[in-house]
Amino acid sequence: MNDTLEWTDNALLREVERRSGASVSACFQCHKCSSGCPIAPDMDLLSSQIMRLIHLGEKETVLESEAIWACASCEACTARCPMGIDIAAVMDTLRMMAVERKAALGDRRTSSFNKAFLSSVRWHGRVFELGMMTLYKLISRDLFSDVDKVPRMLAKHKLTFLPHFSRSTKEVRLVFNRAEEEEKKR
Amino acid sequence: MKYAFFPGCSLESTAWDYDKSTRAVCKALGIEITDVPDWVCCGSSPAHASNASLSLALPALNLHKAQTAGYSEVLTACASCYARLRTANHAIRKDPTERERAQRIIEKPYAGAVNVRHILDILFNDYGVAEIEKRITTPLKGLRVASYYGCLLSRPKEVVAFDDAEHPVCMDKLVKVAGAEPVDWPFKTECCGASLSISKTSVVNRLGYKLLSMAHRAGVECIVVACSLCQLNLDFRQADAKKDQADIPEIPVVYITQLLGLALGIPPKDLGLDALMVSAASILDRRAATAGQAGRRA
Repeated sequence: MNDTLEWTDNALLREVERRSGASVSACFQCHKCSSGCPIAPDMDLLSSQIMRLIHLGEKETVLESEAIWACASCEACTARCPMGIDIAAVMDTLRMMAVERKAALGDRRTSSFNKAFLSSVRWHGRVFELGMMTLYKLISRDLFSDVDKVPRMLAKHKLTFLPHFSRSTKEVRLVFNRAEEEEKKR
Repeated sequence: MKYAFFPGCSLESTAWDYDKSTRAVCKALGIEITDVPDWVCCGSSPAHASNASLSLALPALNLHKAQTAGYSEVLTACASCYARLRTANHAIRKDPTERERAQRIIEKPYAGAVNVRHILDILFNDYGVAEIEKRITTPLKGLRVASYYGCLLSRPKEVVAFDDAEHPVCMDKLVKVAGAEPVDWPFKTECCGASLSISKTSVVNRLGYKLLSMAHRAGVECIVVACSLCQLNLDFRQADAKKDQADIPEIPVVYITQLLGLALGIPPKDLGLDALMVSAASILDRRAATAGQAGRRA
């Protein structure tokens, strides 16, 4: 990041704008998004810096950043952007692009969580917490966090040993398949 | 008043007390709710961060189910389900490309006819505080409460739009009608870290401490929420959030339906108060005190 960044091409800008529906090119670097971002202290790049790097076509820097996975989708940035840029939607698009391109992900835990969560929905129609957490731990290799909390969760009946199946599971699996086909067209 | 109810996955597990108290309060107020038949997950944060088509289609599938069952309004209690159903519905109504995409994926002709409503919106705007007030039997007199709305009920304002995005007040007014004292504090719509709870726990604990310590500085005895993720992050993770930080007392974090339910005279066990990690005994003591006074007066 110490090197001077040079404008390369606008392929990244065009793709992000098309897929997110957000006009990233309207950003004039007021930094209002970064100022109100609750996660800013935990980010390697601020949201306003991400916007600028998209302008400059710095694809690897953006897609391999920790920041896109640290974002909590709270949408404070989107709500406050004076240019009406849906910055939270840009973050979603960048996460999808990072996974599709198998970028060297800044942090695998959040993408692993997303994967485990959606597998659970695909399989049961609804989230089955205990199964989802087991799968998350296996794919993220984040084996021990929160394990100490399981007994209390069970005591408070906040976790169940059996999934709640929706009677629409077949329909849900078809929806997943068709949604994946739709995404390929973008 | 009849609504189709979309409980969502968390109300079947970690937030079963929100489910129980929502049903109890609706019953006490005569608000008829029936579950959306065979509902499925709304996709929540993982869908919108992974596959835009899926985060459009799962809500559309559920709203179509509600429509087929003859409902024009779907009620949610979970703020995340609310935001996802409402965001997808907004896109389906506004953008023909998105509408066609949703219809291709679910293979149903859903075009955005169903309205998505949150329990706060229903209680405040449809039912109204005046009607609720008539049914309050055990007001929580003098209880100082911070209303915490979080992100998903406040943003984006074009989509959620039932209160002010930066300074919402509807929950404060419901707290007031319960006889308690809503306290003004600056973090009403700050983020708790939401779904990062599992994958980035340290971030959630940092934000949790920030919220809890501000609520404590505002002099509150409890925090009231209307989102299962806010509740989980502030209650379940409270002990960890306070670890290694300046000491502040335990602050119970209850759902608005639990607080309102107590003031409506619903027994604590029917509101799932035993599910809280940080005990709500202090709130119950307060209620017992007012009930006692009322008893003596009578």
